[in-house]
Amino acid sequence: MSSAAHTSTGSAPVSASAVASTHNPARTHALVFAIMVVILVGAPLLGVYPVFMMKVMCFALFACAFNLLLGFGGLLSFGHAMFLGGAGYAAAHAAKVWGWTPELAVAFATLCTAVLGWVAGLLAIRRQGIYFSMITLALAQMVYFFAVQAPFTHGEDGIQAVPRGHLFGLIDLSNTWAMYCFVLAIFLGGFALIYRIVHSPFGQVLQAIRENEPRAISLGYDADKFKHRAFVLSAALAGLAGGTKAILFQLASLTDVHWGMSGEVVLMTLLGGMGTIFGPVVGAAVIVTMQNYLAELGSWVTVVQGVIFVVCVLVFRRGIVGELGALLKKSL
Amino acid sequence: MFDIPIQALMGQLLIGLINGSFYALLSLGLAVIFGLLNIINFAHGAFYMMGAFGAYLLLSTLGLNYWWSLIIAPVVVGAIGMVLERTMLKRLYQLDHLYGLLLTFGLALIIQGLFRNQYGSSGLPYAIPSQLQGGQNLGFMFLPNYRAWVIVASLVVCLLTWFVIEHTRLGGYLRAATESPQLVQAFGINVPRMVTLTFGFGVALAALAGVMAAPIYQVSPLMGADIIIVVFAVVVIGGMGSIMGAIVTGFGLGLIEGLTKVFYPEASTTAIFIIMTIVLLVRPAGLFGAQK
Amino acid sequence: MKRKLLCSLIAGLGLVAGGAAQAAIPGGVVKIGVMSDMSGPYADLAGQGSVLAARMAVEDYLKATKSKLKVDIVSADHQNKPDVGSSIARKWYDSEGVQAIFDVPTSSVALAVNDVTKEKNKVMVNSGAGSSDLTGKACTPNTVHWTYDTWMLAHGTGSAVVKNGGDTWFFLTADYAFGQALERDTSEVVKAAGGKVLGSVKVPMGTSDFSSFLLQAQGSKAKIIGLANAGADTTNSIKQAAEFGIVAGGQKLAGLLVFITDVHGLGLKTAQGLQLTETFYWDHDDGTRAWSKRFAAANGGKYPTMVHAGVYAGLLHYLKAVDAIQDDTDGAKVVAEMKKLPTDDPLFGKGMIRVDGRKIHPAYLFEVKKPSESKGPWDYYKLQQTIPADKAFRPLNEGGCPLVKS
Repeated sequence: MSSAAHTSTGSAPVSASAVASTHNPARTHALVFAIMVVILVGAPLLGVYPVFMMKVMCFALFACAFNLLLGFGGLLSFGHAMFLGGAGYAAAHAAKVWGWTPELAVAFATLCTAVLGWVAGLLAIRRQGIYFSMITLALAQMVYFFAVQAPFTHGEDGIQAVPRGHLFGLIDLSNTWAMYCFVLAIFLGGFALIYRIVHSPFGQVLQAIRENEPRAISLGYDADKFKHRAFVLSAALAGLAGGTKAILFQLASLTDVHWGMSGEVVLMTLLGGMGTIFGPVVGAAVIVTMQNYLAELGSWVTVVQGVIFVVCVLVFRRGIVGELGALLKKSL
Repeated sequence: MFDIPIQALMGQLLIGLINGSFYALLSLGLAVIFGLLNIINFAHGAFYMMGAFGAYLLLSTLGLNYWWSLIIAPVVVGAIGMVLERTMLKRLYQLDHLYGLLLTFGLALIIQGLFRNQYGSSGLPYAIPSQLQGGQNLGFMFLPNYRAWVIVASLVVCLLTWFVIEHTRLGGYLRAATESPQLVQAFGINVPRMVTLTFGFGVALAALAGVMAAPIYQVSPLMGADIIIVVFAVVVIGGMGSIMGAIVTGFGLGLIEGLTKVFYPEASTTAIFIIMTIVLLVRPAGLFGAQK
Repeated sequence: MKRKLLCSLIAGLGLVAGGAAQAAIPGGVVKIGVMSDMSGPYADLAGQGSVLAARMAVEDYLKATKSKLKVDIVSADHQNKPDVGSSIARKWYDSEGVQAIFDVPTSSVALAVNDVTKEKNKVMVNSGAGSSDLTGKACTPNTVHWTYDTWMLAHGTGSAVVKNGGDTWFFLTADYAFGQALERDTSEVVKAAGGKVLGSVKVPMGTSDFSSFLLQAQGSKAKIIGLANAGADTTNSIKQAAEFGIVAGGQKLAGLLVFITDVHGLGLKTAQGLQLTETFYWDHDDGTRAWSKRFAAANGGKYPTMVHAGVYAGLLHYLKAVDAIQDDTDGAKVVAEMKKLPTDDPLFGKGMIRVDGRKIHPAYLFEVKKPSESKGPWDYYKLQQTIPADKAFRPLNEGGCPLVKS
């Protein structure tokens, strides 16, 4: 059975269309970035629970890393949980069992996921479209299996009582405010890095490959290499988020390597706006908020998430930030 | 490690074949839907679960037994599927496969969440129909009658479906409509209606598998989520659009899973994914899929 | 950098502003939280029933003692995820004024909440989880472990079954920490009691079809098939064992962690003959019967499990302690008082809480009745043996709890 007539690589998902206008996107981005920083710094001072804000930031970074691959690279990975969770285990183990300071533990976690992403990317990039997604899912399931079996992960219990440690050996991170600054710095740094990647020549080529791979190849670009690099970068940054999250919650658990988590990051990115810069941040914020504040309603959270998926796909494909951007005729 | 007595091995293989029946039925429905409609139906597990719940509800509220449920549940769930297709999926055909997948993923979350809210997660009991209780002592194992019925029934359904699609005129129309819908429409065949009915049929197959699963596994809102990932792997290995591929791979993987359970049971659920990765790397269109 | 300076300023301000007024019982209201699995595999054995049990405890306490305490109950679903549980606990302690958390089934979540509770010096009275580490190497001065634990289950069911003639075992083990611990503890008991473990098979998480594992169990010809699993795994394996004629063929199933709600879900036809250990049964005596009927009336006709009973009794005792010292903000102090006061409630009788946080009460070995023996719904158990309180739980010096000064 052959599939219906369709472009062979599968047309890239619709992301926020580049609206031709005379405005300077960099200025808009700087403005929105400033607003974001103000919110992130001001909210805890105004009484918003700091641990909640930090959770939002970790997931926002995770979603931004995922969006690098999906929104800008056009590659839907259904296994990104392996990076978030894998990094969590690496950082937790380094901090608890080896006694490393938090910044080293997180750096180690990022390195580990970069390596994992390198290997996984090698296997996955060779195929296109849905097959790419399926391979990432299969690889994530294998990582999940490893996480359940390997003695150091303690299976269902996870790695618990992970010490927050002393940053650089000096600053005690069990102090909420110190921890907040640490997480904020990591988030803003990661976010800025993603921004730079997207707007660099590398990022431009990546988007060109997403739009029309044969054309990019005909122009002489090695599409597979670019996709692979994007995969590794996305993995490493997801790992950065995962390692930080493990130190924050002092816990690394199976939830973070489960395929449901892979689905959640898709939801966050889709809701926020694929292919926008700030979309994943907004999407992550909404989803984490919803999960936290609707926790009493139990299964209704799942139903609501499903409804959001359905609504986004049917009528809200550009996501919150995408729609906002289209409304204001600015690229966000 | 290899001193497993032949008897135990054969028993495990037979069990594997039984599991394979479910994989085959479910992946058949998925393959039909993907092969003909290019939709990756993530909600397939949810429809399977609805079939099982349909059987449970038919028994507990209307007193209709298993045999009635075998017919009614798939029809009802298939109809629900058709409504979903008409109202939602239709709008996504022009877009990337990705959106169909995400929509059905969202539908799966909704359906599962609603059932969980209503019924919790402990699972509800459903008795094996009296005509199929008991079993046969085959010497190397005691085979419950009901499990034998599962193998036979799924084989029949699978082969019938394959025959209809590959060897009858109706199936011919379906396959033609996949390749060039406009041309087939020009011949006067109502393609959108056929698409809807096909989707309904695929969903009905899932629900049928659910009814057959109800007496064996607990009827639980989570039963779909657990199995859908494995079924995806089966379909991908078999070749996304290949009907025979889905059937053969389903039974085959059941056998392999059964074997793994003898030697390295912890890995039984993961073995399928390892195989899937290998197959995708070596033969990307699947074992039976047509190379594009 | 400017950002770092700003952050240090904020940190400094935070430290200064941190000293909240240390009232004895802030506002005269004791706020407690019931954290449970409201939607997953343990929702029936714990879940909303635990919240109901807590409310009944508050009502009964205030009525019986005419105390002036006001008690606020909040509840949440931890979804069996340690990260969800620990962040709810953190939120409750940090910003919602909750002073004690009850129930918390699922060992991984319980251990995580255990850590947070110690860090914030609050109280956890755990009724739902099984890990004996809570009173072992993970013990803290802030945690009380009520109801049951894996050591008690292993020693209760294990030695009782061996004594009843089940001296060869084969284990079906859920392949995660809880299941493995249960298998390990029970194997030790079986061997110490003179029995033999013929084999075991580890079942991956999320498996719903146990036929091949049951086949191996059948082939081993062990007299007892030990189910080192819980929830849906247990009910599935029992159901499928019935299908393969295992019980009819002479082998017995020993459910190492089974609740009355599991038996209710399976039906007596399938579950008959199952041996299990619990620390509470609604039909045990007049006290338990009276309470359980009240509970069932408010719970849609569903009778309580031992977890529900544990939440009720644990909260009663907690309130007693809080009232005695008129302070609920210092968790370690409240728990110390709970250990000082002997316990007495209609559900578990007279007992006490040891220095390692372990609540001591008798355990009961039950066998599930045949359908013909049951007089109606929820009449499921017949008592085989009562294990006295001093033998039911792990000896104090064997747990490795740092609070125990040997």
